[in-house]
Amino acid sequence: MEFLNLVLVAPIVDMIEYPSFFIEVVFGGLMSGVMYSLVALGFVLIFKASGVFNFSQGVFALFAALTLVGLMTGTVPFTLNKSLPELPAWVAIILTFIVMIGLAIAVERIVLRPLVNQDHIIMFMSTIGLAFVLEGLGDTIWGSEVKALDVGIPTGNFLIGEIQIQIFDLWAAGIAAFLVVVLAVFFQYTRTGRALRAVADDHQAALSVGIPLKNIWIIVWSVAGLVALVAGIMWGSKSGVQFSLSLIALKALPVLILGGFTSVPGAIVGGLIIGVGEKVAEVYWGPLVDGAIENWFAYVLALVFLLFRPQGLFGDKIIERV
Amino acid sequence: MLYRESGQFKTSYSADQAIFPIRQDNWAMVVFLLVAFIAVPYFGTEYFFQAIMIPVLIFALAATGLNILTGYCGQLSLGTGGFMAVGAVACYKLTTGFPEMNFVLVLLLSGIITAGVGLLFGIPSLRIKGFYLAVATLAAQFFLSWLFNKVAWFQNYTPSGTITMPPREVFGIAVTGANADAMDRYLFCLVFVLILAMAAKNLVRGPIGRSWMAIRDMDIAAELIGFRPFQTKLMAFSVSSFYVGVAGAMALSLWLGSVETAEAFDINVSFQVLFIIIIGGLGSMMGSFVGAAFIILMPIVLTNVMVGALGMQAVTAKHFEFMFFGGLIIFFLIVEPHGIARLWQIAKEKLRIWPFPH
Repeated sequence: MEFLNLVLVAPIVDMIEYPSFFIEVVFGGLMSGVMYSLVALGFVLIFKASGVFNFSQGVFALFAALTLVGLMTGTVPFTLNKSLPELPAWVAIILTFIVMIGLAIAVERIVLRPLVNQDHIIMFMSTIGLAFVLEGLGDTIWGSEVKALDVGIPTGNFLIGEIQIQIFDLWAAGIAAFLVVVLAVFFQYTRTGRALRAVADDHQAALSVGIPLKNIWIIVWSVAGLVALVAGIMWGSKSGVQFSLSLIALKALPVLILGGFTSVPGAIVGGLIIGVGEKVAEVYWGPLVDGAIENWFAYVLALVFLLFRPQGLFGDKIIERV
Repeated sequence: MLYRESGQFKTSYSADQAIFPIRQDNWAMVVFLLVAFIAVPYFGTEYFFQAIMIPVLIFALAATGLNILTGYCGQLSLGTGGFMAVGAVACYKLTTGFPEMNFVLVLLLSGIITAGVGLLFGIPSLRIKGFYLAVATLAAQFFLSWLFNKVAWFQNYTPSGTITMPPREVFGIAVTGANADAMDRYLFCLVFVLILAMAAKNLVRGPIGRSWMAIRDMDIAAELIGFRPFQTKLMAFSVSSFYVGVAGAMALSLWLGSVETAEAFDINVSFQVLFIIIIGGLGSMMGSFVGAAFIILMPIVLTNVMVGALGMQAVTAKHFEFMFFGGLIIFFLIVEPHGIARLWQIAKEKLRIWPFPH
């Protein structure tokens, strides 16, 4: 009875008694959820278009952030000398995007093309290999110490009633929303976007009506590179550019299975659910078991959810035939 | 030439069904065992046993376990590190809780406990498939790491949070603890791993293995022709976890001696074992061993070459090692997605018909 009270009643009573604190927790959860969504989005884009489960998405974000910091501080690649002119943020961002496009082309050429038509697990393993390569490459080119990243997103906080809100979080949410709208418009209304959706639907049908698959893959990986860049900027500004940035990929995986591998809205909604769920669980139920449940709570939440809906919230319905 | 089966006639079913049906394979196996049991202990040094041979054997055993699950039954798992941690913790609790218990029994019981845990985390596999399942197994990895880190009972309330294996003897020879000789530990590992690998080999080529492979190739079709997917998958999960758990227990007791569970068996271990079976060959017993040797030896060789021969700084060498390792994995996947075991098979085929091309 005592135990049930602790687990089921006390946290709920807490929530109702101090609603402003609860709202603050939920708000904080939503904000970290936005960050998860950004990473998950990159996964979904690539999985939809090429059927590759790209484990290196987190390292993409790290690599983009490293490149951005390197360009902004005028670091000469491979030497750690800071003798190049320092670039303003927007120039550096554009240059980094170009680097990410170059990376996408290289990945398509070197990794994906020779592996066309292999098993999914082989493709998956190759992206783990890719993650190793990029990790080593990023550190070799730009050095491995923790770097601060400031692209001019305003910081500080203000109060609404009793609820404290970080201005940076609002910006992050705004930029993420903007990115999603841009992507949605791009996919819905442009020629390339239509081609991308066609490829996502059916590779062979798309090929047979004359859509060049190679270019599509390069475009998709470039877009994923752009998403990684945005995610890298957000996470990098928040907690510094360092190796642990690549681990956010692991955080994005439960988001992915909750939302479904093939759904862009799923990535967003899944991210928000996981973000809020994990913050609320940590704050209200965490103390019961000595805390730090954030690491696995998202996975267990996703796992329980999957038992009832194996394809995720918005994933394509799984139809199995012999 | 040397590798010919002409003149070797099989006159009984058991000869036809032997693990090594060709005489040359038998000889090769005998030579291999002689090297492993006599030459290696004779010439090996402490470093050689501790840094190469023992980890290779332990990871080969863990890879055998994962291979049963992923290679034979087709269920992708990223929770190997977590299950190794279960084995290690079970081994520690059993040895400290029951000091009289025979060490061999401890290892087997650790495996059985891990099998139970694996069974539990295998239940979702009936509904969840493919990458969804892979991510779901990550839940096991993170949850178990957290559990062993947070609950002090699993560490016998030691303030440092590390678990240390007390000394134990098998047939009067110390095999664990600080005083155990590296060669004795190696030989114990070798015997244990060989027996378990033999059991696994016989399991996968019997009816149980065939049902696993049927589920792997297409689970719905297998269900239609009468294999029960739930029992078969859970069987694969528990047998696989048994092997992984024994490997974890051996890693604690025979190799590392003292570990911080969450650190020693983290997600990187899961990936390492997955690499081993992919590079060695999915669905091949030999692949697990060759892959383990490859994955353990490669970083050592790379570091020695780069730091020792080329005079690079250790940090730079570490970064290069990352790149080289990743590049090599991609290269291997492109050249031969079915692993080293497949290359070996092709070589054998070629030898049998040499000098003719077909």
